[in-house]
Amino acid sequence: MSRPLQQKGLCFLSLLLLVFFGFQVGCGRGSAERGLVVAGSTSVQPFADHWAERYMLEHPDRVVNVQGGGSSAGIQAARERAADIGMSSRELRPEEKDLLEVVVAWDGLAVIIHPQNRIEELSLDQVRNIFVGNITSWAPVGGPGRHITVVTREEGSGTRGAFQEMVMKTDRISRGAIVQDSNGTVREIVASDPQSVGYISLGLVNDTVKAIRIDGVEPSFENIEQKKYQLIRPFLFVTNGPPSAAARDFISFVLSRSTQEVVRQDGLIPVFEDRRKQRS
Amino acid sequence: MRVRIDPRAEQQFFRALLWLLTGVTIFILFFIIFYVLKKGLPVVSLEFLTKNPVEMGKAGGIFSTILGTGALTLLAILIASPLGIGSAIYLTEYTRENWVTRVIRFGSECLAGIPSIIFGLFGFIFFVVKLGLGWSLLSGGLTLAFMILPTIIRTSEEAIRSVPYCYREVSFSLGGTRWQTVTRVVLPSALPGIATGIMLGIGRSIGETAAVIFTAGSSLHIPTSLFSSSRTMSVHFYILAREGISMSKAYGTAAVLIVAILAINIVAYTLMNRFMRKYC
Amino acid sequence: MTRLERNEKLIRVALLLVAFSAVSILLVITVFIFGEGTPIMFKYGLKKFLFGLDWYPLEKSYGLLPMIIGSLFVTSGALVIGVPLGLACAIVLTEFSSKSLRRILKPVIELLAGIPSVVYGFMGVVILVPFIRDHLGGPGLSVLAASIILGIMILPTIISISIDSLEAVPRSYREGSIALGATRWQTTRMVMFPAAKTGIIASIILGMGRAIGETMAVIMVAGNAAIIPRSFLDPVRTLTSNIALEMGYAAGEHREALFATGVILFVIIMVLNTIANLTSKRNAP
Repeated sequence: MSRPLQQKGLCFLSLLLLVFFGFQVGCGRGSAERGLVVAGSTSVQPFADHWAERYMLEHPDRVVNVQGGGSSAGIQAARERAADIGMSSRELRPEEKDLLEVVVAWDGLAVIIHPQNRIEELSLDQVRNIFVGNITSWAPVGGPGRHITVVTREEGSGTRGAFQEMVMKTDRISRGAIVQDSNGTVREIVASDPQSVGYISLGLVNDTVKAIRIDGVEPSFENIEQKKYQLIRPFLFVTNGPPSAAARDFISFVLSRSTQEVVRQDGLIPVFEDRRKQRS
Repeated sequence: MRVRIDPRAEQQFFRALLWLLTGVTIFILFFIIFYVLKKGLPVVSLEFLTKNPVEMGKAGGIFSTILGTGALTLLAILIASPLGIGSAIYLTEYTRENWVTRVIRFGSECLAGIPSIIFGLFGFIFFVVKLGLGWSLLSGGLTLAFMILPTIIRTSEEAIRSVPYCYREVSFSLGGTRWQTVTRVVLPSALPGIATGIMLGIGRSIGETAAVIFTAGSSLHIPTSLFSSSRTMSVHFYILAREGISMSKAYGTAAVLIVAILAINIVAYTLMNRFMRKYC
Repeated sequence: MTRLERNEKLIRVALLLVAFSAVSILLVITVFIFGEGTPIMFKYGLKKFLFGLDWYPLEKSYGLLPMIIGSLFVTSGALVIGVPLGLACAIVLTEFSSKSLRRILKPVIELLAGIPSVVYGFMGVVILVPFIRDHLGGPGLSVLAASIILGIMILPTIISISIDSLEAVPRSYREGSIALGATRWQTTRMVMFPAAKTGIIASIILGMGRAIGETMAVIMVAGNAAIIPRSFLDPVRTLTSNIALEMGYAAGEHREALFATGVILFVIIMVLNTIANLTSKRNAP
């Protein structure tokens, strides 16, 4: 190649290196610009969004971005530092225990059916057998003789993880179950299909679905506070190592008395009230 | 014995059948547009277009999502168009047709047909996690640019190749250099085809949902920098509709989307008609 | 060297770099996907991967067969619905109606190709799924629902490209056939259609590619149960939905398994494109 071409080539190469360099520097600054990233559980997400809204009202110069993805995705994001705080709606598994966790609220898990479904209560065993696929019709449990449509969350969901832990124990959820990717969509499906059954966060139950009694206990906040309703799971904020200053500030805001009052109003169980499950 | 059908009768029959099928097709296609517009347009107001979403989208407008959509699409087009058109020009005008160009053509054809979720997976792992860009306009814009680049290369190449060689011969015989020929003869003739490719790219970027959620995130704040996360209208519609947050706002978002796409297509169509009338 | 020649050289180098960057981007994507996905296919065993029935990533079980069959059923269903309707529409608009009607309708139909897939999916959830559930049975979220929605989504592609192909057939073909006494339908069936066969096949393959690759609409209406559907009223999960549902939280081997799914989809598209190229070369008029 002729000499001018070599020179041109070198010029362009150095330009590329400069761009790459600028990129790296920009990346470092960028994390400050993009604010606090809180990602994970779709159960925690609506509430975290609400807390972030109030936090940013109080501190107009700060930005908190809340993303979804599911509890496992949030834990993964925290580990890979794609997120500053990961949100989880289930307990951490043994292999995840190297991450730091803070309980920010408690939430009940409700088993829901269509409002027109006559059934009012089921036993934990019956729920388990329905989700395993042993019971396939509503008839044996007191309903009409129609085929049960089982709706579950995706495998990475904290809600599913909590459900698996507390209800299914060692049994697998049936492979033929309908899978949806958030509480809202599960609720929408159960609200429109009279034959369906699913589970969602108690805080998201509204009058489009019916939350049934489990072993005779009504899923309500009083029953949870009185330790009668057993299906509850923690909402965790997870960080890889000690949280950054911005993260720590947000976490302490969420744990503050005023926000925890909002937590209760939103339909969750605040942290300071629960004396049974103390975390260090 | 072979049955002889009167050709006229046969034509009557098939004509009726084909018109019936066509009627069904047109009906379905138009029904979707009209249904969404009927339910959505009443919701759209100046306030809807200029206010930010509040309470996860239950109230307020969709301003930040409009910005997000615009920013993301613009970024994708700005990155992919020069790269795509430039490489198409080089591959057709400046090189001979050999196995390398054939491989590149086949490769870009394949990549143009790859499901967008794979680009989303690539973008998520490569940009968000490995390069540490996080959920941002940059991650989303780069992912979308990578996604539409093959399409732009392919359509540009088709358009440039379909320009008759005699055009170039005339230009060369008049003493024009290669670049002069390209810019003053080939490109203007190929412009409608190239523009189609860019329109396809814009359409795909605006409508893309899965790849965008995983790379640009779903933050509802107004994006302030390339590193901010942002939600697009398609993502917003998906989240609102599926979680049952607000059906009316969902339809409103969809209506704005459809009108925007309609407007872009009409503008592109008339511009191309005017351009072609001037040059052809 | 004159200034003009120097500029030409510069521009040539600039364009080379641009082309090089574009091609390296294409390479990066391809190499990345194949690089992440192929090792696990062989480590886990290709046969077990493609034909295993159990997709339980948390227990390290990566059998893709239910999803492969799911994609297959849903795409075939989409073609069964989309191709007859699409071709009928294309034939009517080119052979049996006026040019002005075609000039108005064709751009409108092409416009419909730009509607986001989530809107189609949502229409499916709100209108189609309850209809199937109440009148045909099953949960409504089914192979049928996904096929119908996908069939509708690929209509604009098939119609638009088929119209282009039919319009590109020389008028002399049609005129010659009519001159010999054939009816318009006979002309269409025996002359125009075979002549436009290449383009029509290309449109079908393009539509097939779009159906295979659709994710969001399918997630919304198919039910996403990772089993082999035994009837078209059963829920089903496709390869693309599988990736979308799990990619947020997949890590390590699980993540590689999802890339491997991407490799399979890549290979399918390559095969489809090769078929399209071969048929177009063989049938070139």
